[in-house]
Amino acid sequence: MIRGKAWNYGDDVNTDFILPGIYLELTDPDEMGRHAMEGIDPEFAENVQQGDVVIGGRNFGLGSSREHAPIALKHSGVSAVIAEGFARIFYRNATNLGLPALECLHVSKEVETGDTVEVDLAKGKIVVNGEKELDFVPVPEFMMEILEDGGLREYIKKNRDKW
Amino acid sequence: MSTVAEKILASHGDLDEVHPGEIVKAEIDFAFMPALTAALAFYAMYDMDIEKVWDRDKVTILLDHIAPATNVTNASLHKECREIAKEQNLRHFYDINVGVCHQVIPEKGHVYPGMLMVGADSHTCTHGAFGAFATGIGSTDMGAAIGTGKLWFKVPETVRVNVEGRLSPSVMSKDVILKTAKELGADGATYCSLEFTGSTIRDMSVGARMTLCNMAIELGGKTGIVEPDDKTIRFLEGRVKHGYTPVYSDGDAVYRETLEIDSDALEPQVACPHAVDNVKPVTEVAGKAVNQVFIGSCTNGRLEDLQAAAEMMRGKRIHPDVRVIATPASYEVYDAANSQGIIKTLMDAGAVVCNPSCSVCFGGNHGILAPGEVSLSTSNRNFRGRQGSTESYVYLCSPATAAASAVTGVITDPREA
Repeated sequence: MIRGKAWNYGDDVNTDFILPGIYLELTDPDEMGRHAMEGIDPEFAENVQQGDVVIGGRNFGLGSSREHAPIALKHSGVSAVIAEGFARIFYRNATNLGLPALECLHVSKEVETGDTVEVDLAKGKIVVNGEKELDFVPVPEFMMEILEDGGLREYIKKNRDKW
Repeated sequence: MSTVAEKILASHGDLDEVHPGEIVKAEIDFAFMPALTAALAFYAMYDMDIEKVWDRDKVTILLDHIAPATNVTNASLHKECREIAKEQNLRHFYDINVGVCHQVIPEKGHVYPGMLMVGADSHTCTHGAFGAFATGIGSTDMGAAIGTGKLWFKVPETVRVNVEGRLSPSVMSKDVILKTAKELGADGATYCSLEFTGSTIRDMSVGARMTLCNMAIELGGKTGIVEPDDKTIRFLEGRVKHGYTPVYSDGDAVYRETLEIDSDALEPQVACPHAVDNVKPVTEVAGKAVNQVFIGSCTNGRLEDLQAAAEMMRGKRIHPDVRVIATPASYEVYDAANSQGIIKTLMDAGAVVCNPSCSVCFGGNHGILAPGEVSLSTSNRNFRGRQGSTESYVYLCSPATAAASAVTGVITDPREA
């Protein structure tokens, strides 16, 4: 079960917001995590707690192919990103790292920063503050298999013959 | 009844035909990585229990975003990339003396029509200008691609951008793609292939087509595509050392939508802060004072771009309140621009000419903006903070508009310069 506090950054959260270009030279995931969201909220990395959930509106993760962006989120403690829509490369990168990227209509209007969010991946449900229920778009089966394995690294190790 | 993108994915997935939405496992023809994403890709490959790349001739690393190294951290990353290239015995490796990946990959003959290419950089879509299916991926996908030679793809729908007519003097392909961004929006082509057709595209140079395809990602696109023609073949002559089979869209191919652009009527365009689709005709933003002008990047750092800038600056001095950074996209471009006197023209006007690299574009190399400063840039992204301070402002435009504005100190319509 994914459970944590929500951080809502609205529409068009680009990869420069999630991890600015000056940090692309980093290779240590934990160090990337210490700069997560620095381009839009320099306080985020200090205050985020393990399990917290980042919320966005349309086109979350637009911009660069830098996997540093979802790596930084994951290693800052974020357990899922829920947005109304995702840019293609970010979506794949997050899934490949085992970080769920979930599409949910109107989520950026329904959830406020500080709300408690619970996600039930199997049921396709998000519960806000223990009361309001939202449905997210079912994760495609193939992507779900990757998520269940914890990411593409483990998936390929397990499924090398059918890859 | 297939598009170029569908045909390439079908042939590389060993299928007769594919349809949008299908997942295809496809064989990769070539994979490249800039230093900033290369180490992460190799870590991913090793974590998959794969020790060696699937084909040492088909994988390369380029040290381009930051070049030469600017601190110990990125110097160490460069060192690690050089060591990986040696350990993996990669046939091709491009150190800091070659140029920006998206310029170098075609120059060195790695791109050809009908191929399937992946790059660990979002602007890999540039290579669709040669009739290839080329798409940007992250480092874990790249680890899988270089380790196994295969990757899965969701077959994209295709959006056609049909451009008819003749561009006015000082209106460039950059203006066409900025106009496209305005019309479709920054997520208007998410998961789609963007196919550029029409008489204006046929009249364009290969370099101008690269500018169009380069920015497909700014609309969410998976790739940009221009069907190959005689110009494509001529560019590749002497570079690609083997045969290839160009593919073309069928007359009855299905497009999600077609955007029509009339290039006769097209004005120079400017993308205003802080979104690539916040585009206005130059006449609406003319007069805005700028501090820094950047001419370069994988979008507009080619010979014809430097030439267009030099035309505007010949015999003139840049405005005293403006600094100009001009960065050729590759050493081949640099050398040609030097031979043709373009570099001297830019320098005589007061421009700083830098060695080929990603330069100012991504805010991690040099030319960083201070709070409150305004940049007019020929690159591809103007997100808040992209080129430095989160309190700075980036406007995107063509090399002609950038250079005309460098002289006056304010955003200027190049048709009046």
